[in-house]
Amino acid sequence: MQPAGRTSETTGASGEKAAAQAQRRQGMLLASPGALYLLIFFVAPLALISVYSFATRTSTGRTSLSGWNVESYRAIGDDIIVGIVGRSAWLATLTTALCLAVGYPFAYYLATRPRHVRAILLVLVMIPFWTNGLVRVFAIRFLLGSNGPASALSESLGFGTFRILFTPTAVTIGMVYSFLTLMVLPLYVALERMDWSLTEAARDLYASGSKAFWKVTLPLTKSGIVAGSVLVFVPSFGSYVVPDILGGAKTLLIGSYIARQFRDARNWPLGAALSVLLIAAMLIAVALNQRSGSGAEGGDRPRGRRRRRARDEPEPVTAAV
Amino acid sequence: MAGVVETGLGQRTRRWLAAWAWVVFAFLYVPIAVLVVFSFNASSRVNIWGGFSFQWYGEALGNEVITSAIRVSLIVAAVSTAVSVVLGTAVALALDRYRFRGRRALDGTIYLPIVIPDITMAVMLLVFFAEAFKLIDSFGPRFTLGISTVALSHIAFNISFVCVVVRARLDQFDRTLEEAARDLYATGWQTFRRVTLPLIMPGIAAGGLLALTLSLDDVVISAFVAGPGSTTLPVYVFSSIRRGVTPELNAISTLMLAASITLVLGSLALQRRRASASQQTQVL
Repeated sequence: MQPAGRTSETTGASGEKAAAQAQRRQGMLLASPGALYLLIFFVAPLALISVYSFATRTSTGRTSLSGWNVESYRAIGDDIIVGIVGRSAWLATLTTALCLAVGYPFAYYLATRPRHVRAILLVLVMIPFWTNGLVRVFAIRFLLGSNGPASALSESLGFGTFRILFTPTAVTIGMVYSFLTLMVLPLYVALERMDWSLTEAARDLYASGSKAFWKVTLPLTKSGIVAGSVLVFVPSFGSYVVPDILGGAKTLLIGSYIARQFRDARNWPLGAALSVLLIAAMLIAVALNQRSGSGAEGGDRPRGRRRRRARDEPEPVTAAV
Repeated sequence: MAGVVETGLGQRTRRWLAAWAWVVFAFLYVPIAVLVVFSFNASSRVNIWGGFSFQWYGEALGNEVITSAIRVSLIVAAVSTAVSVVLGTAVALALDRYRFRGRRALDGTIYLPIVIPDITMAVMLLVFFAEAFKLIDSFGPRFTLGISTVALSHIAFNISFVCVVVRARLDQFDRTLEEAARDLYATGWQTFRRVTLPLIMPGIAAGGLLALTLSLDDVVISAFVAGPGSTTLPVYVFSSIRRGVTPELNAISTLMLAASITLVLGSLALQRRRASASQQTQVL
């Protein structure tokens, strides 16, 4: 194994050809264990679930692979399922909007601190991000429960008990709490790269503070807004743990519905078809983001990176994402 | 040294921004803090403070179901991290510096496990194991869902995360250092062992810590591919929450919190060392 990759001591066309071939072989050798693993434990399951989405559910709840049909996809047009998908999309959109509204001023504040303060604040942002996600949802569940601390507090203040748990509101709070950092980090990166002399120029030309923000800062950080929105929307749309713990029967979302098809309802083909649609939706969202990201950042990214390296700043953001 | 950034905002706006930032920090930390405080509550009623006590920790750690779940979680995390660090690093190296057949397909596929939702990954693997067992059963040996299926599933997503992190490190790699080693007659293996590997080690370590964290955190995938005796700690917590909140759960959650914070601080310390190391090389 020669991972350094430059084997060509020989010269001439044939030597180069042999070297290129050796290079290819080495690369293949290096990649194949991981690639094989992904092929077996990721690509094959992905293919299998696509196959299952065309299978038939027998009356006993088993899945029969003979007799292909699109019954499961047709069932998705059912009012109940359309309602669930619609609700999931709505809550994911709401979560994304709230994360943006909460996260933008927050990221703005972080990015405009002096360098040493910024590093400390960023660590404070990273800690909840890395802590166990389930525990964080549980913390919200504990806090909001009808006999939890928040309710006890409001009772002692004379506001009476509040019943927020098991409502869409609780699910939204839980999702914002879970995914806020995913919005803050790309916004922070975009704002931190901002060339503030541009807003200064706008101010010199008699733009008001708010006008300079809306006309200069906001457009320049568009890439961060788009990336953050996708990063929040994707997991909220497919979220399973948050609605399961904080939501009630009225907040059945697509993630929980898929889980149900595989556990209690035993309608694997329907669950498979919904999974395929969910995966497709995610891929489209990510592809759109990548396109708009590379478009907006085309000339910006190399400069940002060089600046970053010149200041020799550790990159906790990239390391974490 | 960079001072305060001149943003062109008014004094009042700036004050509002600062206030807002502390509100957001409170939002991020208060729920966790409340959970931790109440895990030391002597009262068995979750909403009344009955004095300080370690009682629930004792009860949680005396519960055999919980200790067994902790053991399963640790084994799965250790195995899946070890395997995915090796495989993920190899894939990252191959993608970064070699051209070979199937490179583009691999490059595209490697990101998918990161992107697709947990629940779809979970049901995919469940269906896969069900079919695979049917196939294997027809040859004789009997397999069921258990600790090995959990570990296999964790490796499947961890390879991708390790690969991405290591690749980010390779991206900043100064190839002239390797060339220098080769010019000084180091063999390919020597160059790798003495130059490449030490330089990408922080990336590998960061990838490993991420894999460890993700494995210890995972609940959805584990819940679907775990068998009766192979419940991981998060899966146990998840199914217990559905039955209701108990002070015991607060205690376990606090322990899990402590474990993940230790991991964060570890990785941050690692980054700091990396940063100061690179400063030193710059001085040299």
